[in-house]
Amino acid sequence: MTREQIGQAIVEIIQDILPDENFAKLNPEEKLRDQIGLDSMDFLDIVMELRKRYGVEVPEADYPQLATLNSCIHYLEPKLANK
Amino acid sequence: MTAAERIVITGVGLAAPNGNNLREFRQNLLAGVSGVTACNLRHIGDTLAGNCAFDPLIYQKRKDLRTGTRAGSIAIYAANEAVRDAGLDWARADKARVGVYLGITEHGNVETENEIHQLGQFNYDLKFWSHYHNPRTVANNPAGEVTINLGITGPHYTIGAACAAGNLGCIQGLQQLLLGEVDVALAGGVSESTRTFGIYASFKSQGALASHPEPAKASRPFDLKRNGIVIAEGGGVFVLERLADAQRRGARIYGELAGYSVMSDATDFVLPNPERQAQCIAAAIRRAGLAPRDIHLVSTHATGTKMGDIQECQAIHQVFGDDCPETWFNNTKSYIGHAMGAAGVLELAGNLPSFQDGIVHPTINVDELDPECALPNLVLNRPRAGVRVETILNNSFGMLGINSVLVVRRYIA
Repeated sequence: MTREQIGQAIVEIIQDILPDENFAKLNPEEKLRDQIGLDSMDFLDIVMELRKRYGVEVPEADYPQLATLNSCIHYLEPKLANK
Repeated sequence: MTAAERIVITGVGLAAPNGNNLREFRQNLLAGVSGVTACNLRHIGDTLAGNCAFDPLIYQKRKDLRTGTRAGSIAIYAANEAVRDAGLDWARADKARVGVYLGITEHGNVETENEIHQLGQFNYDLKFWSHYHNPRTVANNPAGEVTINLGITGPHYTIGAACAAGNLGCIQGLQQLLLGEVDVALAGGVSESTRTFGIYASFKSQGALASHPEPAKASRPFDLKRNGIVIAEGGGVFVLERLADAQRRGARIYGELAGYSVMSDATDFVLPNPERQAQCIAAAIRRAGLAPRDIHLVSTHATGTKMGDIQECQAIHQVFGDDCPETWFNNTKSYIGHAMGAAGVLELAGNLPSFQDGIVHPTINVDELDPECALPNLVLNRPRAGVRVETILNNSFGMLGINSVLVVRRYIA
């Protein structure tokens, strides 16, 4: 997957998790939690969906790396390179 | 009794398979409109259900629907409708003095079955098990979802009492008001049981699941051709208050909870015990300070199983005999099926307007009355108008032999 595809995949996951939110103005550099109503259960949903959809495991120690859209892409790029 | 010791119904919110509010529900009960339809359920295939058609997005967001339960959604809808109907000044109400008491037949089957189904798609690897499983299946879930939705910080819990639970939710609310624990009780019951194959399969194995080529005719208590239960979902929530509080704010009063009784058969897992049912009915009437002939409308529990219907009629006959000429009998499950934890409260709610309109809605689908269910004054197929209704007695019985009876009186200052 390219960086662009990874970004798209993450946004799709978050859209499914937060169907009431508007993602048009999402700033990829800003923390997701500061822009959309993402609680800790929602965050676990992101981790679960990455596992279900792409077979990617995110260990708890790495959770901080999923803080912004860009940091998600950066973190997932090597894991999704061959998907 | 003083006005602080009398508990009244000041709001009604409900989701029934044939009505999204009391007005619609009542209209359809008087017009003979069923809410039973065909459906298809995982592992069961084509079957029947009483499913509700309210719009959950009126009071919830799409995310709430994704994370919560169907029982929670039904409870939230009914509770919001009840609060609105009661005309409570919700913005200024002390939410710490509001309690939520909801009867449930069961909770967690739907969520657990769904989870296991999804897990099957991942070869039963538990790392795919949802972190929502516990908050969805804890027994207080439907009541807890209501508190989160409405910002209620007073107590909330559910009361597990099989199919007697709807009455028990109301009784719990009444008791908590009398104890002074709360000032407003949101009390009733909910059911999401149409979404669980396990309950269908268990009734089927028991020979107690209804079938009929015409869904609207499948639920037929007291009819000779009845062949079991139609499972329904739904919910009913009453706003209960002490009369003094209701009067102070000039609330409309639907009726007064005049008496109740909760007792156990202590005999069998599933078979009812008419002797004990009769004792429970008699105890509720006594607590209301009434005699059987003072009861004008009996809302029966009958579910459409052969023995269950006959045994309830035996219990009723033991109490009312043949000497209660002003006592009328009806049944609501013939329209909506068995709404399980919501049955008691929905069946009572649909009859409350009788205090005003003097009409008793009928039991529908009785083509050939079972002679063993031939109660005197059983209202069949067409509404009975011009009836004096000062009192309603509501029967609700459940598995493991839990019996609950509620007596409601027309409010008289």
